[in-house]
Amino acid sequence: MQIFPRSLNRLPAIVAIGVALAGGLVTSLVWYYFTPKHTHVGYEPRQPVPYSHWLHAGQMGMDCRYCHSNIERAAHAQIPPTQTCMNCHSLVRTDSARLAPVRESWETGRAIEWVKVHRLPDHAYFDHSVHLSAGVGCVTCHGRIDRMEVVRQDQPLSMGWCLDCHRNPGPNIRPIDQITNMDPSLSGTAQPPRPLAPPQTCSGCHR
Amino acid sequence: MSNDGPIQDIGEKHLVVPGTTFRKITEAVSRVTENPAPRGWWIMFLAAVSFTGVLGLAIGYLFFRGVGVWGNNSPVGWAWDITNFVWWVGIGHAGTLISAVLFLFRQKWRTSINRFAEAMTIFAVICALLFPGIHVGRVWHAYYMFPIPNSMSIWPNFKSPLLWDVFAVGTYFTVSTLFWFVGLIPDLATLRDRSVNSVRRMVYGFLSLGWRSSNRHWQNYERAYMILAALSTPLVLSVHSVVSFDFATSVEPGWHTTIFPPYFVAGAIFSGFAMVMTLMLVARVVFKMNDLVTMTHIELMNKIILATGTIVGYAYAMEFFIAWYSGNEYERYVFLNRAFGPYAWAYWTMISCNVISPQLYWFKRLRTNIPLSFVISIFVNIGMWFERFVIIVTSLHRDFIPSSWGYFHPTPTDIAIYMGSLGLFFTLFLLFIRWVPMIAMAELKSVLPEASAHHHAHEDHDHHHAQPAKAE
Repeated sequence: MQIFPRSLNRLPAIVAIGVALAGGLVTSLVWYYFTPKHTHVGYEPRQPVPYSHWLHAGQMGMDCRYCHSNIERAAHAQIPPTQTCMNCHSLVRTDSARLAPVRESWETGRAIEWVKVHRLPDHAYFDHSVHLSAGVGCVTCHGRIDRMEVVRQDQPLSMGWCLDCHRNPGPNIRPIDQITNMDPSLSGTAQPPRPLAPPQTCSGCHR
Repeated sequence: MSNDGPIQDIGEKHLVVPGTTFRKITEAVSRVTENPAPRGWWIMFLAAVSFTGVLGLAIGYLFFRGVGVWGNNSPVGWAWDITNFVWWVGIGHAGTLISAVLFLFRQKWRTSINRFAEAMTIFAVICALLFPGIHVGRVWHAYYMFPIPNSMSIWPNFKSPLLWDVFAVGTYFTVSTLFWFVGLIPDLATLRDRSVNSVRRMVYGFLSLGWRSSNRHWQNYERAYMILAALSTPLVLSVHSVVSFDFATSVEPGWHTTIFPPYFVAGAIFSGFAMVMTLMLVARVVFKMNDLVTMTHIELMNKIILATGTIVGYAYAMEFFIAWYSGNEYERYVFLNRAFGPYAWAYWTMISCNVISPQLYWFKRLRTNIPLSFVISIFVNIGMWFERFVIIVTSLHRDFIPSSWGYFHPTPTDIAIYMGSLGLFFTLFLLFIRWVPMIAMAELKSVLPEASAHHHAHEDHDHHHAQPAKAE
């Protein structure tokens, strides 16, 4: 007695193709939509003060290290205190409405609550100083900050992205005195200042 | 070809009670899946399902709170989780041994128990696979165990036995499932053909893949079965060897031993046979299979339990000898500490269950005693759980740094997950008994005298075969 129609003989092939297609589709969707390239790049939060890197670092040509002064020596890049702003703004544009939160912070002593843009996972250990002393420029990871009105995440800062450079740092090394120069074409123009062996083991970054 | 003769010709006993016919086998096995389940089945099933529910809740709690809800803590970083994993994988070994190795060695007595043992293998491996999955802490990252191309540009560590383990157990699970399913096809077709309602006919019809019992079907079937048996035979040795590498490749005193692979394999077969024995004795009584699973089977299995139990006992002794002979004081300490330290109770439980209790089987009267077989099979199950516990916990709790010595205390969640995994196992097993022919009917028929080409039918209807049969 025939229980199933003859056409059911095609079922295994259909299921196999379907599973392969569905698997491929799910993988590509996850790869595209759930990785930092998509979820993090372009993050541009509103800041409490409409501070413009484009104006300060780009047009006026201030060096990054005027405000982020500890980056060559510390693991954690410093966000400047209100004091740093007031070095100039106690004399320049003292009545600008856009600077009101800065003056308020200066008078009350309460810090300005800047919103952190470049966030790494808690379990990733990152040291700014070692990267700068190896000759990796600001622009490599942060993009053209000097052209940003509002700071935006430019690179994915994902594990695969980190490893790309750790496996082959050469193209991102620039002369050590040009690390704050925002010209991307300087990357890869210099020999590293010391023999580099960026860690690729788990405990290199996950300590 | 002399081995292919009727089994009594080569001086062995009947493998089923004489007088059993093809029809009797079909009836006895199929009716279990067709008649309403006996009360005993429902009682056991409800109990097992409740424990499975406990397992679900405990795992939910574990995921919600993290592995801190277990008693694992420095220095005992592996405890019940890995103990349970190794225990379940070990139990899973009897299936392949019975179905593949004994098949290749033409041990025909396996036909009454192989279906059973294979099912048990699959369910035990499912329970085992649970533990590596849930012990990783960040369970949503459990897929890191597999070498999946990923956006992190990194692979699992191919030098790590933990990754080999994923492959070994995964392969084992796949091959055992295939082997089990291929063997089931003719029997599922029997159930299909006996079906009186259309749902059963559809389901069994779907699963039996259009089996018509034609000559060509049988030819392909036999060949596929043989190939799968040949593929799974090395797995009997490889799976538990690889599991033992999880320990043996480390530098932990008490783990770093070359005897581990054979010792683990023997232990696995030992525990697997014990579990088959436990389940078989219960099912035999509940479903009245005495004619098909006879004292011969029980005795042969008890002999294997005796043999493997003795190998395990030898391994325990050899570990001590090597610890002494190595002259390594850490190694010596670990073993003395096992036997006489704070975990001595676990060590001596292990020794009494695994080494002493099977020695009773030297006596024929004892190895053919059904209640005793049941009790010893339970002892062996307990003993083999303690073996893994002893290996894992006693080695870890006092290693190189005395300042970080500790003692492991299980938490209620540890206990709930272990009991729950037993619940899951028995739930699956009871469902299997209820819906799948628990004895390989087609294969069992092949060991009946009627199945032999040289068989003499009764006087009244054997005109056709009478002349050439006794040519020799």
